Amino acid sequence: MMELSEHLFRHEHGRMIGVLTHLFGVHNLALAEDVVQDAFCRALEVWKFSGVPANPSAWLMATAKNRALDILRRERTARNYAPELGHLLQTEWTLSPTIDELFKSQTIADDQLRMMFTCCNPLLPESSQIALTLRVICGFSVEEAASAFLISQDAMEKRITRAKKVLAGSRTLFDLKDSDLCNRQSAVLRSLYLLFNEGYHATSSEIVVRKDICLEAMRLTSLLLHNPTTSTPATCALYALMHLLAARIPARMDEDGHIVVLKSQDRTQWSSELIAEGKRLLDLSAEGTELSEYHIEAAIAAVHADASSAAETDWEMIISLYDSLMALAPSPVIALNRAIAVAQLEGPLCGISAVEEIADRDRLLHYPFYHAAVGEMQLLAGNCAIAMHCFDEAQLYSRNASEKAFFKQRAEVCRIIEMEKSDRCIPACQRE
Amino acid sequence: MAAPPETMEKIMPKWMSWMKELQDNGYLKAGRPLERSGKLVTGKSRTVTDGPHVESKDLIGGFVIIEANDMNHAIEISHGCPALDNDGCVEIRPVMKLDM
Repeated sequence: MMELSEHLFRHEHGRMIGVLTHLFGVHNLALAEDVVQDAFCRALEVWKFSGVPANPSAWLMATAKNRALDILRRERTARNYAPELGHLLQTEWTLSPTIDELFKSQTIADDQLRMMFTCCNPLLPESSQIALTLRVICGFSVEEAASAFLISQDAMEKRITRAKKVLAGSRTLFDLKDSDLCNRQSAVLRSLYLLFNEGYHATSSEIVVRKDICLEAMRLTSLLLHNPTTSTPATCALYALMHLLAARIPARMDEDGHIVVLKSQDRTQWSSELIAEGKRLLDLSAEGTELSEYHIEAAIAAVHADASSAAETDWEMIISLYDSLMALAPSPVIALNRAIAVAQLEGPLCGISAVEEIADRDRLLHYPFYHAAVGEMQLLAGNCAIAMHCFDEAQLYSRNASEKAFFKQRAEVCRIIEMEKSDRCIPACQRE
Repeated sequence: MAAPPETMEKIMPKWMSWMKELQDNGYLKAGRPLERSGKLVTGKSRTVTDGPHVESKDLIGGFVIIEANDMNHAIEISHGCPALDNDGCVEIRPVMKLDM
């Protein structure tokens, strides 16, 4: 009996949705989702008796295709389907050949990409684009998507419903030959980058779903690399970055589920396979003249990957890469990361001045790692009381229990050092 | 409310291992899933309505014919049915012996 490959349904979801939405039109996305759900239910009913077929994805696709044919025959005139196919679906003579053509493997693969591009509609906020991608392409339930984003199910439901309404306005899938391809692809890459980050900053070991979204982001990026139109150097660089960051996942948490910062990570736990693959991809991405932020971020991750410890890291190189990143896509978070590198190279006081020079620094005030970074620098500079205050601030803005526990522990370290300092003071005072 | 793909995928191996167990122990004689659509024919007037479960909340997913020593044995075998994990139910009906 065939074994079921892991996440088969998630992976097939986007392929089936793509081709069905091509057929029914984007405004009938709900119908496409029903057909996919129906195919999964059927698989569950049949496979439990007959076992998993030799080619489960072909089985699912054929089931979806038959169901689509049923619907089109029964409701041929009741709805408006994809405008460009409209007349072809009207008669039995053209219906079958049209559908056979659509369900060819190349069209299926293209349609899945077109659906991804459709979800990243610039009319939608980025948070909706990635929620929609998870729901529609990766087949996450609203509940799974909500727990991945750490928001309520209700809020996620609303976000997705609103986003689907906006999509329905376009009716046809985004065309990869569209003149706006370049801009839309940037939006797609940005969404995949955010999706990966959302999962990467998962800190609690029990929330498996958040690690899954890292894997999904990587899988979708690899789909872009399989198509000559979308396989750009930036895509390759993003894929490289994801590999280099994913390599560190095993070392990011200790056995008790607590955060371990980059500086203290056991680097022998980093995945050498992922690092090697990331570097290979980074080399590949150097083709052409395009330099994206993903190139630079991947280069920074590669410098870290090459260093056997924080002390032996080529901080000078990292600072200059951050300088390039600031020139390309300035943001206070990048400036903060640059300042952290400056502190490593030139000492905490230089780091603190670099932080003070950040333009738009007030935009970082709700970012817990801003306070934590300043806290670490102040602690190194011997200003324990200020450092402790910084970690208290970080706790205030922490986004989950592991973060909060980590900042609390750092504040505690400051308190202990501060106490030891005053203990040492006592004999001196008594001498007076 | 339909289960998300990931959940459905997790249920599948349970079913397959249960069915395999029935087969390996020689209990399984026959079995088929049932289509979800069907017709309901009622009463003297032979009224035909869409069914079979429009009015009822129960959805009969399929049937299996097993060979068990007695009712207790059949109950014991039913305990492994994954439908129960989902708060579903298994109805056990002995097939009547006819000496003909």
